[in-house]
Amino acid sequence: MNIDPINNGIVIDHIKAGNSMEIYKFLDLDNVNSTVALIKNVPSKKMGKKDIIKIDKEIDINLDVLGYIDPDITVNIIKNGVRTEKKHLELPSVVKNVIKCKNPRCITSTERGIPHVFKLTDKENRVYRCMYCESSAKETV
Amino acid sequence: MKNLIDILDITTEEIDALIDTANDIIENPGKYNEKCRHKKLATLFFEPSTRTRLSFEAAMLDLGGSVLGFSESNSSSASKGESVSDTVRTVGCYADIIAMRHPKEGAPLAASFSAGVPVINAGDGGHNHPTQTLTDLLTIKRECGRLSDIKIGFCGDLKFGRTVHSLIMALTRYENVEIVLISPEELCIPQYLKDILRSQNIKFTETRTMESVMSELDILYMTRVQRERFFNEADYIRLRDTYILTPEKLEDAKKTLCIMHPLPRVNEISTEVDVDPRACYFKQVKNGKFIRMALILKLLEVK
Repeated sequence: MNIDPINNGIVIDHIKAGNSMEIYKFLDLDNVNSTVALIKNVPSKKMGKKDIIKIDKEIDINLDVLGYIDPDITVNIIKNGVRTEKKHLELPSVVKNVIKCKNPRCITSTERGIPHVFKLTDKENRVYRCMYCESSAKETV
Repeated sequence: MKNLIDILDITTEEIDALIDTANDIIENPGKYNEKCRHKKLATLFFEPSTRTRLSFEAAMLDLGGSVLGFSESNSSSASKGESVSDTVRTVGCYADIIAMRHPKEGAPLAASFSAGVPVINAGDGGHNHPTQTLTDLLTIKRECGRLSDIKIGFCGDLKFGRTVHSLIMALTRYENVEIVLISPEELCIPQYLKDILRSQNIKFTETRTMESVMSELDILYMTRVQRERFFNEADYIRLRDTYILTPEKLEDAKKTLCIMHPLPRVNEISTEVDVDPRACYFKQVKNGKFIRMALILKLLEVK
């Protein structure tokens, strides 16, 4: 299977196989009006298999969102057919308005206009907790 | 310190300073009775509470200030659908400090972003109740003379009791605190708290009966076993009776034992224990007012 190389855009690489659809949704790529390729289960020496997303346009990407979903992802910026930058992600210490708290007892379930903020409380186990009620993101997503 | 939302938001040094102020208030009440003259405390109680609200109001009145507010959401504009943020922004125009209880977890934190004046969490659902924890710490300090080097037994419903969870978290920051968890298996503390205790190398043990550990304890923190937590009435009755503290069960206890309870009590402490000099739960209620006075002074930056 061949996917054309891109001239100016972004390649999101080393996505854990199966996670690309989730990233596609989080980055709202449905509303990007240029070519977007979502490639699943690409053979990888390092990972066995991986997913890749190619976007044929320079768009602002929320790296915190990507870092939250999978900090092992790399983001490559392509200009004039050449990779000009390779970004390694980290687990963000705070994610704002990325995930919503689903705890019905949390103030965010009723209060209008307040940000949904999750904080990294356990880096090793990648646990995020709601700033307001301390429910873990795993429990709430 | 601008607000008090969670007990872990403040340092042990700040807690020590609050305890020192509270002790000074107890020793010299006259020194403080005009400190908050012309200051107003708003008690915004979106759900009913007698003890906590009256404690806050008594604290402010004893500081020479005045109080306003509501004691149930039906009598506030929340019943018209107003957001917490808008309510506190409005109240912040009238009052100098807000004490707030709300059934939703995190509501006081959300309020603190828009109030414009200090906000004190007076209980947010089953989540936090930091002024109860400050009350407990003041009581321990006054009765035992220290917050470190203590062996404390928590007895009863350790699964749902937020006062127990908060006090355990607060005590993890002090040296050589040993915790004994006395509860039925159905009501033991949540796993995440055990994980925290293990990760911080806090010595803790679990047991099913209070008699087996009574002689070792410096503090016994009683809580109510709640009927509604049980599926089986017979289990409830059996366990409820196991955890009734009576003078007989105190026979082996230390002469210096401090018996605490966040109240309200139902039957888990026999009324005969009330006359025992080791019963500290009504002193605890008094301490609640003094530590709230200290907290109001601190947040209003009154010297």
